[in-house]
Amino acid sequence: MVSTYILLAWTWARAAMAYRASFALMAVLGTVLAATDVAVILVIFANTTSLAGFSHDEVLFLYGASNVAFCFCDMFVGNVDRISRHIKAGTFDAMLIRPVSPWIQLATDNFSPTRAGRIAQAAAVLAYALAALDLDARRLWMVPVMIVTGVVIFASLWTLAASVQFVLTDAPEVVNAFTYGSGQLTQYPFSVYARDLVRGVTYALPLAFVNWQPGLYVLGRDDPFGTPSFMRFLGPVAAVGLALPAWLAWRRGIRHYRSTGS
Amino acid sequence: MIELDRAGRSFKVRREVVHAVRDLSFTIAAGEFVGCLGPNGAGKSTTIKMLCGILTPTSGRVRVAGLDPSRRRTTLARRIGVVFGQRTTLWWDLPLRDSFELIRLLYNVDRVAYRSRLDELTETLGLGDFAAKPVRQLSLGQRMRGDLAAALLHAPDVLVLDEPTIGLDVVSKAGIRDFLRRLNSEQGTTVLLTTHDLGDIERLCRRVMLIDHGRLAFDGTLDDLMATAPGRSTIEEVVTRLYTTGRETAR
Repeated sequence: MVSTYILLAWTWARAAMAYRASFALMAVLGTVLAATDVAVILVIFANTTSLAGFSHDEVLFLYGASNVAFCFCDMFVGNVDRISRHIKAGTFDAMLIRPVSPWIQLATDNFSPTRAGRIAQAAAVLAYALAALDLDARRLWMVPVMIVTGVVIFASLWTLAASVQFVLTDAPEVVNAFTYGSGQLTQYPFSVYARDLVRGVTYALPLAFVNWQPGLYVLGRDDPFGTPSFMRFLGPVAAVGLALPAWLAWRRGIRHYRSTGS
Repeated sequence: MIELDRAGRSFKVRREVVHAVRDLSFTIAAGEFVGCLGPNGAGKSTTIKMLCGILTPTSGRVRVAGLDPSRRRTTLARRIGVVFGQRTTLWWDLPLRDSFELIRLLYNVDRVAYRSRLDELTETLGLGDFAAKPVRQLSLGQRMRGDLAAALLHAPDVLVLDEPTIGLDVVSKAGIRDFLRRLNSEQGTTVLLTTHDLGDIERLCRRVMLIDHGRLAFDGTLDDLMATAPGRSTIEEVVTRLYTTGRETAR
């Protein structure tokens, strides 16, 4: 599966380079956008020292951890939400006649290495925060765990968003609210949000396990909302709990696929 | 090789149920060359899509090479070749040659077998002149030949084609037909094609099926087909009569 993914991604990357001017422009633009992102964060924190009880560096840590997972998914999985375009154009049929999962074919569709800049930017922010914070080294094992958890949660969200489009072929934008919206939401400490919203993204849609709950453990802090401390470790459970319905929804979607005329 | 038993597919369109195909039963043995006729919207493409696992039937049973296409789609993909005349299954921006190499890797075709297969296809389909061009730059005739080669690189037992000669000029059409005939007679590949071009049927198909309103309206040899309308001399006349009477009985 992984080798098929790499093969397809490499093929698309080469195809992207076939339009050289466009590729160069995308690469430059991607770098500029990533740089602006960092600039925005720096501007915000040049003027504030803390946000909802969290220090400058702690916020950067939460931001970086969520963004690494999000940008990774955006680059490697995000294209599955283009499925409605493929359904409408009839090109999804061609994916179904190949001996490879259509999910992988969609995820690699139009894969472009130009988005790697954003992952690098997010990783740089995270690395800076980890270096600046005086963290308990015995708790650092949680950092890779929370990033993998975040990747699985975001990938599941994208898969759910794609599955919904088998029915809502005409409204692909609706699902962006969930994918990109989730990415935005997890960029800030959850203490800036209202209690009910936090409850929703903890127990219904488990976004709290991307960076908030495990992040509190890494930072050695109590939850301002008072959740018990064992919840800091439930990330992998929550990720699997979301991945399973996403996988089932995707399978259901394929079986209900209607194709187009002709 | 292909078996349909009361297969049906319906779609819900604004709360109304439309039966694109209903109670369709037929069997195609290995090595047969079958042409499928039918007016636009008769259910031909829906049938083809059920055969390759793109659409899941809503009723009945479908078997291709002993497999249930909708449940074993990726396994079946290795044993079946599919060509859509109306759209390519190749990668638009890749040179044709790279598309072939990618297919080799996706289908796990052994390198030596692939080499000889590709040489043979390059020769018989005359791909040499444009194999280095990106697919988007190919003419329709060239693209069609590329698509055919792509569908056959993994040496499938069955080849299913949905309107393979649509939009092609007479020379390209003749080339494709000649190729398909030889594929069937020399390699024993089972071929099922849909078409609106009666020339395809006359020159290629030993057996003709006519699908209308999602049902099998005729199944037999070309001679049988001609015999359904005594006194009519051309296949155009016979098929026109079948299409129009089909419409009347449906009313």
